[in-house]
Amino acid sequence: MTQTSLEALTRQADDTLVVELRGDIDGDAREALGAAYDVAGPGVPVLLDFGGVGYINSTGIAVIVGVLARARADARPVSAMGLSAHYREIFEVTRLSDFLTILPPTDEPGAAT
Amino acid sequence: MAVTPRASVRRVVWRRSERTVPAPLAAEPQPQELLAGEEPFEIAPNDPLVAYLQAASGAIDLTRLDLDSPALQEMRAAGITLAIPLIANGELVGILNVGPRLSDQDYSADDHRLLEQLAAHAAPAVRVGQLVREQQVEIQARGRMEQELAVARLIQQNFLPKELPDLPGWQLAALYRPARAVGGDFYDVIELPEGRLGLVIGDVTDKGVPAAMVMAATRSVLRASAARLHEPGAVLARVNDSVCPDIPENMFVTCFYAVLDPASGALRYANAGHNVPLLHTPSGPAELRATGMPLGLMPGMSYEEKETVIDAGTTVLLYSDGLVEAHDARREMYGSARTASVLAGAPASSQSVIDELIAGLDRFADPAAEQEDDITLLVLRRRGDGALADFKLQSAPGNEREAMSRVAAAVDGIGLSPERIERLKTATAEATMNAMEHGNRYDPDLYVSIAVRSDGRRVSVSIVDHGGDRDMPMAPVPDIEEKLAGRQSPRGWGLFLIKSMVDAMHQESDGSRHTVVLEMTLEGGSDDADKP
Repeated sequence: MTQTSLEALTRQADDTLVVELRGDIDGDAREALGAAYDVAGPGVPVLLDFGGVGYINSTGIAVIVGVLARARADARPVSAMGLSAHYREIFEVTRLSDFLTILPPTDEPGAAT
Repeated sequence: MAVTPRASVRRVVWRRSERTVPAPLAAEPQPQELLAGEEPFEIAPNDPLVAYLQAASGAIDLTRLDLDSPALQEMRAAGITLAIPLIANGELVGILNVGPRLSDQDYSADDHRLLEQLAAHAAPAVRVGQLVREQQVEIQARGRMEQELAVARLIQQNFLPKELPDLPGWQLAALYRPARAVGGDFYDVIELPEGRLGLVIGDVTDKGVPAAMVMAATRSVLRASAARLHEPGAVLARVNDSVCPDIPENMFVTCFYAVLDPASGALRYANAGHNVPLLHTPSGPAELRATGMPLGLMPGMSYEEKETVIDAGTTVLLYSDGLVEAHDARREMYGSARTASVLAGAPASSQSVIDELIAGLDRFADPAAEQEDDITLLVLRRRGDGALADFKLQSAPGNEREAMSRVAAAVDGIGLSPERIERLKTATAEATMNAMEHGNRYDPDLYVSIAVRSDGRRVSVSIVDHGGDRDMPMAPVPDIEEKLAGRQSPRGWGLFLIKSMVDAMHQESDGSRHTVVLEMTLEGGSDDADKP
């Protein structure tokens, strides 16, 4: 069964660090996600783009929680885009959505109107 | 018809053949042809004069003709002296009647020749005129019949179900193919209280608008009775009493009516002379036989009621005469044996039962013959029980992905919405990860066994590992705030996620094996909870 380890590509958009994620988010994603997060410093907002992510499991949730904990400490607002309806539901059920802003599809930068 | 210069005119009505409709001819006199006070008279087709004229080669002097013919008497009385037959294509199409010359002289040979030439020109023209008239009449008649058929078809279609209900664990499919001369077939699926379903198939003898109207009335009374009287025998008795007073003589209605309890599979049924429904069960063919007279013959009839249980994997076929009585070029009938053998081939779905029956029928039937009778098929199938998938996976990180995709494939098409399939996939992956990590400690020699089962109402996924000798995992409910604050491990989401995704989850240990069972209720393909 093909697993795709996580790729995290970063770029700057205005004052925000955009992290484009590709692959699976499981326990192995910690390093890649952590490194991407570290590209910018305290106070810099982070936008996680999940558009290229096909699979998130519970250990992946734990990794995201880890990032959120650091972001809270660093006063860096976190938002998310590109989540499928299924994963949006998972973010809600786990209350991840209370600690990051999930952008509605039409508000995503570059989204078609 | 009569034409004459310089002589009195009489209109003579003569029916050339039965096909000629007399009324239009007599009803459209040209004013200049009829003098006041003169009525047309008819020549009987078997009058000897007709044969005489048919055989004649020219003008006939009626004054000298000796024939026992009432027509001859009438024509003489009307003052006709000369009759010139109009022959077209060897057939007598009319008579040119001439009265006496105003000069009172006899008609000369030249006069005869003139009249015969006139007749020779007139005859084909008259024939064409007659053909045009006949064609117009026929078009009118056919137009009326087409209109009647269109009306009958409209009535019929209005009284057929627009769509069939979705029943979790069951499949329903129907086909209605009317013959050109629309017959009186009907079927219905009636939603009853407590989730039960009424299934109707019937056939009114005769065709056209009267049959369609009886069908509409029968169906309506049946629906109304079904809602109140749940017992099929009582319903048919009530419908029979209601239909008897008004149904035209020699018309009757065959009808099979059954009430299904989808939760238990119990089917209670009664039959008023309709074709015996055929079944294919996991243990072989069966029939639903109950005795009863067709509706509309005699009031006060009672109808035998029977009950059976439709087990998982069983197909029930209700059908009309149009199927079994269809015949091939050798006049052999399709028959119920052939029908039963299509069923025995165990087509996978109700729709494929219909497709295979119709394909078989189209191959069998005489291609030159038009479909004589309406064909109606109503197929009910209870989805198969038992294993949808059974497999083992090695305990290795990442194998939960294969568990996910194999479970998704196993539940395809059984009645879970895409959203619920996604949830089941996530729950399966989490449970499999737990089994591999905690139950089997990622020992490559230890496998996780996964089975997917459905009983038609619920699908269950069981995941078995070798950790039955340990305490079952009972993680505390994850508190994200505690985790963000660093007071709880960021992990521990698995069990919580599983329970959030599925309708029910239970686990048990027997000392060596640990089993987790995930359950999702089948909802017929749509999930109201997902609608915004």
